[in-house]
Amino acid sequence: PPHWSPGTTIMAVEFDGGVVMGADSRTTTGAYIANRVTDKLTPIHERIFCCRSGSAADTQAIADSVTYQLGFHSIELDEPPQVQTAANLFKEMCYRYREELMAGIIVAGWDKRRGGQVYTVPVGGMMTRQPVSVGGSGSTYIYGYVDSNYRTGMSREECLQFTAKALSLAMERDGSSGGVVRLAVISEQGVDRQVILGNQLPRFSAA
Amino acid sequence: EHPKMSASQVKGVSTGTTILAVRFRGGVVIGSDSRASIGGEYVSSRVINKLVQVHDRIFCCMAGSLADAQAVTKMAKFQLSFLSIQMESPPLVKAAASVLKELCYRNKDELQAGFITAGWDKKKGPQVYTVSLGGMLVSQPFTIAGSGSTFIYGYVDAKYKPDMSREECMQFATNALALAMGRDNVSGGVIHLVVITEDKAEHVIVPGNKLPKFHDE
Repeated sequence: PPHWSPGTTIMAVEFDGGVVMGADSRTTTGAYIANRVTDKLTPIHERIFCCRSGSAADTQAIADSVTYQLGFHSIELDEPPQVQTAANLFKEMCYRYREELMAGIIVAGWDKRRGGQVYTVPVGGMMTRQPVSVGGSGSTYIYGYVDSNYRTGMSREECLQFTAKALSLAMERDGSSGGVVRLAVISEQGVDRQVILGNQLPRFSAA
Repeated sequence: EHPKMSASQVKGVSTGTTILAVRFRGGVVIGSDSRASIGGEYVSSRVINKLVQVHDRIFCCMAGSLADAQAVTKMAKFQLSFLSIQMESPPLVKAAASVLKELCYRNKDELQAGFITAGWDKKKGPQVYTVSLGGMLVSQPFTIAGSGSTFIYGYVDAKYKPDMSREECMQFATNALALAMGRDNVSGGVIHLVVITEDKAEHVIVPGNKLPKFHDE
């Protein structure tokens, strides 16, 4: 049977007051696009989401497990969990089972202690906080763009534009990424989800 | 689109590298990093010049196995100087690219080298050609290649504009190379640029401490 892989592009950016997360929507089995409208932005808690890349089976299983653990922890604590806690739970699982898993996850959200935060848990199980993080097969093509265009202190709108543009560029070059761009903004007010359809994506005049 | 080549697949000294060439109003800029490595573990030269002059106004830069690239460019240089004597005029940029393409295509099983050719000639002015690993020849307004190029596809797609001025073009090339060198561990060192116009071919070096810096540095 063909190998089922979500070649993908995922991204998350911190801004003052929250985070913007984005992903493409293509899932491929070999050359066939099994799902062209995949939702790779997965809720873990009310104001904590994760972007998944790597084996879909692995990342779904990990996300389900972390969602359960975090929900339980939040009830015990009697307050919303911290993003850092969610990231740690992902890290624990990804590191402990690193030989069996193929999972690259970006955890992002808002909590009242540290505001908007982005944590990356790449394949292997390391965990680190970054103001901007990209992942998935399409991410290699946009490191240069992200490095040169990211500035600290961007507004919510600027972050949305930046993420949409970066994802469009990656989708244009990576055969395993494509479809629509799904965005989610997480802040104190809650979660605001958007979809940018293929024909509305930013265009570039490259050769 | 030629297949990505990982440094570990090339035996011996390889130019895990970032190279590019961009056309602007009146000329071309061809540029590269300066690192040569063995298997991505040891930097065998940190100041190598990958920009080879094959004729007065035609340069090429090489990616892949350094030995292959040197052998091919030496052969190409010879063939081109012979050609320009026969034709009694400077060779066309397309002719130079074609010579490289023939060598790469005819010997595709033995060779592991890809080339970018750029220059100026009287017939078509400034031109950029790319010869891929298997020997495909394509003309483009700009092109990037080498292991470090994967990281800057997004950047060059977003930032390239046709008909730039010489300064804008040099800045574009410098920024793109610096970004790639910042992310690719087998690209690095200094930036070599050659600006080719009708009048001359000018070699510019941007040393390590003068490279553009980005937000996380």
